[in-house]
Amino acid sequence: MRSFQQNISEFNARAIRVVAISVDPPDINRNHRQKLGLTYTLLSDPQAETIRSYDLLHKGAGPDGTDIARPAEFLVDSTGTVRWFNLTESIMVRARPGQVLKALDDLKLAAPAAR
Amino acid sequence: MDLEDGHGKIGMKRKWNWPIWVGFVLALSGLFSYGFFVRYPITRDFPWTNLLLFGAGIALLFLGLFRAFGRPQVYRGKIFGSIFTAIALFLISLFSYEIFYVLRQVPASSGAPRVGQLAPDFFLLDQSGKPVGLGDLLSGPSGAKPVVVIFYRGFW
Repeated sequence: MRSFQQNISEFNARAIRVVAISVDPPDINRNHRQKLGLTYTLLSDPQAETIRSYDLLHKGAGPDGTDIARPAEFLVDSTGTVRWFNLTESIMVRARPGQVLKALDDLKLAAPAAR
Repeated sequence: MDLEDGHGKIGMKRKWNWPIWVGFVLALSGLFSYGFFVRYPITRDFPWTNLLLFGAGIALLFLGLFRAFGRPQVYRGKIFGSIFTAIALFLISLFSYEIFYVLRQVPASSGAPRVGQLAPDFFLLDQSGKPVGLGDLLSGPSGAKPVVVIFYRGFW
């Protein structure tokens, strides 16, 4: 999540929104956004309904055996269609922003603004 | 004159077997440096720095043991060298089990949307309690734009 923040200007330059979804409630998201200096949106899915609809529920992996999301990243185009995704096999390995930017540019979904 | 070795009588102080100590410290640092290396994707995605430290530590420990058992008159460390090596091997197994097994126990998610499929819509509260839908995100102020949707475990 920090790595996406470090590269957020690349996404902003392409006018691409970045959102991150977890089971955390909004007030925790607000604190965490401040603490990590995140500028993108954190969305709260406390009942894991959206997480379930994406089949990303990791049963019992949270505190006290609660259900949380397994890490995943999706690139959704302007019509709402998935154009690239990443389902990690280890919770320590996440998509790097460069992979998403490369997918964006390869698919010509958004041209980077002139620098 | 002692016949056993050229360093004096048996029972006199034997040489410090440094590879055992250095090897043990390296193996420990392989474990405890994880908190640092985990902060950088290049050393987190595959923990090669930690494995390198473990490898160097074990190599030195074995060198130390080889000296201790090969020339016990000269070098110390038969007993504590064996104990240190056993501890190091145990810690390395624990680390490997955690990294290469426990942390990889994530659901397969066969039902997750694939390329070409519509992303399931959502309507969730953002950090300030404002509801945000996927549709809102796609239709930005400057026309329809792609969106990167990240799912993460959360901080609770």
